Amino acid sequence: YGLLLGTMPRRKHVGNHAVSLFFQHALTHEYPEYVKIVEVGPRDGLQNEKEMVPTGVKIRLIDMLSETGLPVIEATSFVSSKWVPQMADHTEVLQGIQKHSHVRYPVLTPNMHGFKDAVAAGATEVAVFGSASETFSLKNINCSIDESMLRFQEIICSAKQQQIPVRGYVSCALGCPYEGHLEPTKVAEVVKRLYELGCYEVSLGDTIGVGTPGSMAKMLHTVMKEVPHSALAVHCHDTHGQALANILTALQMGICVVDSSVAGLGGCPYAHGASGNVSTEDVLYMLHGIGVRTGVDLSKVILAGDFICEALNRKTNSKVAQARGECW
Amino acid sequence: MAAVIRFVHRSTFSCRMGHQCLSSSCSAAVPKSVQVGSSAWKALPERVKIVEVGPRDGLQNEKTVVPTEVKIHLIDMLSEAGLPVIEATSFVSPKWVPQMADQVEVMKGIRRRPGVAYPVLTPNLKGFQEAVKAGAAEVAIFGAASELFSKKNINCSVEESLQRFEEVTKAAKEAGVPVRGYVSCVLGCPYEGKVSPDKVAQVAKRLYSMGCYEISLGDTTGVGTPGGMTEMLEVVSREVPVTALAVHCHDTYGQALANILIALQMGVSVVDSSVAGLGGCPYAQGASGNVATEDVVYMLHGLGIQTGVDLTKVMDAGAFICRSLNRKTSSKVAQASCKL
Repeated sequence: YGLLLGTMPRRKHVGNHAVSLFFQHALTHEYPEYVKIVEVGPRDGLQNEKEMVPTGVKIRLIDMLSETGLPVIEATSFVSSKWVPQMADHTEVLQGIQKHSHVRYPVLTPNMHGFKDAVAAGATEVAVFGSASETFSLKNINCSIDESMLRFQEIICSAKQQQIPVRGYVSCALGCPYEGHLEPTKVAEVVKRLYELGCYEVSLGDTIGVGTPGSMAKMLHTVMKEVPHSALAVHCHDTHGQALANILTALQMGICVVDSSVAGLGGCPYAHGASGNVSTEDVLYMLHGIGVRTGVDLSKVILAGDFICEALNRKTNSKVAQARGECW
Repeated sequence: MAAVIRFVHRSTFSCRMGHQCLSSSCSAAVPKSVQVGSSAWKALPERVKIVEVGPRDGLQNEKTVVPTEVKIHLIDMLSEAGLPVIEATSFVSPKWVPQMADQVEVMKGIRRRPGVAYPVLTPNLKGFQEAVKAGAAEVAIFGAASELFSKKNINCSVEESLQRFEEVTKAAKEAGVPVRGYVSCVLGCPYEGKVSPDKVAQVAKRLYSMGCYEISLGDTTGVGTPGGMTEMLEVVSREVPVTALAVHCHDTYGQALANILIALQMGVSVVDSSVAGLGGCPYAQGASGNVATEDVVYMLHGLGIQTGVDLTKVMDAGAFICRSLNRKTSSKVAQASCKL
């Protein structure tokens, strides 16, 4: 139980009374009328799948997702194919998909080289990936947080000149596989830096899915002192089954952008056999049940999920897809 | 490019059912206005009582018939984990539920830990009498908020079932045996679809009035969402004090923890769950059923809520029963438990 025990004892026990007060002060008692879903299956999802997916399948998946009403679909990643072989076909994917006018297709760009390749391939939106944890930054992208910010500054500067919006990600917002608990103030610092550099939105990632509604509320409360809630998104992993409860908490605090992955694609690279991304289907089911609009057709997302799971020869991680309305 | 935020007060959400949620239009259901006053927002409970239903509700819904000694060992392991209530078995006719045929041996075989309650299901007076004879010190009765479900599940109408239960609660009172009540289909029915919160409240109130010390509200097919849960609890808590309510959420659509969180925010402090998420959904093949105790405890501890439960020991019990059943755990926490 290394992952579990390694993280929990280091968490500061604030006491339930403080958490309750926290909820009472932080919660608006309301839900956003509309939540934007950022579909990360084709990039974050597939990147963490062992099976290599043919280009044609990736393109078909994205095309199916474009038909569902999803407003944002992260299409691919312009990282070196040496590091992420799954994304080696980034140019073919970006050029092969049918781009719908009402959908945006951001791509990951870890550095200027990737950014230039992305623009040359036709990208009209990019994303940069920072971390709230020094150790994770070093292990994941081979540089410190400060060094990564310099890289991102270069990208954002160039992107601004070309009127290309940039989305920022902060990993380990609720815990790090190496450092354990991270202070919300540290997370807020990194989020603020990305926002001030020019990211229009910053997605807060619970990279190893250790967060709970308590830690989510505390982290958001601190981050929202530095960055407006309208510029924030949550990217929850379901590794410990907490994702929907964490997303619900975020919504209660005014967040209205949620990242998710069709069929819950993308396991956890830090816990063998564990799940990773929260499934888009399950998120949609909850949001629609609360009366929140998303513009997304859940049944079409389920179909896209069926397609990719068949192609990957794996079962869906979505409980909604598993249940498939056979209850009636 | 930031999303435009227009807040809608929670009172305008609607209670939607599984099949209706498959379309983004969702225009079929007109939003219901529900007044959710400030009373809905209570402080989170400092302590939550977990009612472990794995050995009964969990195993009852597992296909493999489990040997008696395995059941006994499971319950003993759960007793050591600090769980305050463990539903041990069911005194229904073995003709209907073969998995529970060894009810007497299980009751007599378990090592009862002081301070732990071991309720058993008793569908009627006969079952109650046998339970008491076998040493039961607490029993549970199982009603439904849906007429069709009641007829299909226990072969009688809701009213007839309540009359049967009155016999049980009367006898239990005389014998000094506490009775817990369950209401199924509180957020939807596999046959009727949507279930009115008023109907749920009505049944809950009857069970409470006839002497049940606690009413567990069951989302039997797991179709509920935080919207429906809020609405239902608002209505039910007008008839039964929230301190006497529990939630029994199924995770068939992945909504259980979110629904439990809402219940906690509304003052509920008793949560039913099943070790390793034992017990699939009998209404949707391959779908999950009960929410996993491990995942619930993880969330509660993360919120700083006390449970008295040792999560590692629950995981050990989960690992044991999954090995015996030759199946994978349904608990995400258990799945994630590996070294980096």
